Amino acid sequence: MTTQVATRTGALVTTRATKRRVRWPRVVLHTFLMATALVWLVPVLWALYTSLRPYSDTAERGYVSLPGVLSLQNYVNAWNGADLPHYYVNTLIVVIPALILTLLLSSFAGFVVSRFNFRWNLALLMVFTAGNLLPQQVIITPLYRLYLALPLPEFLSDSGLFFDSYAGIIAIHVAFQMGFCTFVLSNYMKTIPRELTEAALVDGASVWRTFWNVIAPLCRPPLAALATLEFTWIYNDFFWARVLMQTGAKRPITSALSDLAGQFFTDNNLIAAGAILVALPTILVYFLLQRQFVRGLTLGATKG
Amino acid sequence: MASRATTLATPRKRLSLLTGPDKVVLALMLGVPTAIHLFLVWMTTLGSIVLSFTRWNGIGGLSAIEPIGLKNYTDIFTIYPPFWPSLAHNLLWLAVLGIIATPFGMLLAVLLDREISGSRFYQSAFFLPVVLSLAIIGFIVTLVFAPEQGLVNNLLGTNKPGTLIDWLGDPKLNLWAVLLFASWRHAGYIMILYLAGLKSVDPSLREAASIDGANQRQVFFRVVFPAMQPINIVVLVVTIIEALRAFDLVFVINKGRNGLELISVLVTNNIIGEASRIGFGSALAVILLTISLGVIVPYLVRTFRAEARTL
Repeated sequence: MTTQVATRTGALVTTRATKRRVRWPRVVLHTFLMATALVWLVPVLWALYTSLRPYSDTAERGYVSLPGVLSLQNYVNAWNGADLPHYYVNTLIVVIPALILTLLLSSFAGFVVSRFNFRWNLALLMVFTAGNLLPQQVIITPLYRLYLALPLPEFLSDSGLFFDSYAGIIAIHVAFQMGFCTFVLSNYMKTIPRELTEAALVDGASVWRTFWNVIAPLCRPPLAALATLEFTWIYNDFFWARVLMQTGAKRPITSALSDLAGQFFTDNNLIAAGAILVALPTILVYFLLQRQFVRGLTLGATKG
Repeated sequence: MASRATTLATPRKRLSLLTGPDKVVLALMLGVPTAIHLFLVWMTTLGSIVLSFTRWNGIGGLSAIEPIGLKNYTDIFTIYPPFWPSLAHNLLWLAVLGIIATPFGMLLAVLLDREISGSRFYQSAFFLPVVLSLAIIGFIVTLVFAPEQGLVNNLLGTNKPGTLIDWLGDPKLNLWAVLLFASWRHAGYIMILYLAGLKSVDPSLREAASIDGANQRQVFFRVVFPAMQPINIVVLVVTIIEALRAFDLVFVINKGRNGLELISVLVTNNIIGEASRIGFGSALAVILLTISLGVIVPYLVRTFRAEARTL
């Protein structure tokens, strides 16, 4: 039984309470973890609490007080007043294609890099990984000018340009996120026995069929993990859409929120309700798919 | 030697199985993603470097770009007031994440890496901020630190006119208020990385060390921590890059002014502000790039050196 706590307080208690050696460290450990967890939840719980109280209630009793009334009215007001459904749709227009394209193109690249020996494989993987780590602001200035100069056909962009278009936002998400996903997927594919690909090729399967019918189905676990993770990252994007999408009404919800707050959310109660509504999809994804989420994060970190 | 001979021989064998269309498919599967990535990420990075030696206000096409050598850089270092404060803020950001948030995240991971009841609850609580966008966290910061309606001032009793502490408006205080929340998010992220790291350490290593008489602390710092080398490097890189990337949080709070200036904010202001100074903004971006590559390149070399051996 190794249940001692590594903290100084734990060790101190152990020496004092020699009779109940096993129990005390546990108590200290749980007290510390519980206290920290509560502190950790305070900001979110505070937002939740504020959002459930009508402004009149907090104005009368103060923000730190027991509630006279609790209601969902702030949510209704935020939802309707700022027309949030419209911005959720904007987000979906960006997230779904970006997610599919990122995973598809990353598994293409990961497949080639991990299953076939080309001289440039390693260099390519390094370039992809490095690109994903760059701060976004490093490339924003030329990207902004490039987007202003690059035309897009009318059916893809009502501005006729990459700038201020959904296609432009999707493109930069795909280009950026591909770095991480390719790295993770190629690492995973390396663990699949090479004989599998070779057998398929010897049997006369084309490269495409080998990929689509043999390798891709085996990659469901990392794909599920990456989909969960990338959904959250792309949903949470603030910067790309803020700079590259000029029309406020076309912005996805995360980057639209600060404009909406300035225009429609007059008090903290409404801001809290709005912020929670915007955060809700990622929180739901996290609680429903926690294992996938955590695995996605650690897949990239533990191997390689 | 033997292994090298086989890796040299196998590609030829393998490629010979490929038909002409196969080779086209392979080229497309690698070529399309690579082209998109290189075009949007690396060509623009090069663009930043080239533009940083020029003056251009974005009007009048590419021919209006005027080469001016190192002038942008000398201006930034000598006569551009927000630069040094911004750099100092980024460094402070890094210091707080590196000295407080990262070790704290590691501590949480060590405490949770044993069979305790409620571990899932604790992990969910600590990790919750990581799934929130930094923009949302910016709103939570304003809810907590608002002068009259915020949690902190209400608890301190400083929410009445005359006693107000303006946490987000006072340039001496606001960065610390923001850093508190940046750390809140960062620690949970690091915890998850280290939980994975701790699981990857061979348990027999710990047992051997305990049998040899090492105490808990010695086992961790002398055996487990060094054995997590790959994760330690990832954590180091993540911490530094997060500090350099910081943007959303301060931009949501006050557009990155009045004590919350960061290099990333300066870059952005120079292209989408009223006066578009593209060369100047690019030079700031290149400074950010240089610092980033100082971290990214050693990381990649380390990571892929091991990879090259296994290929």
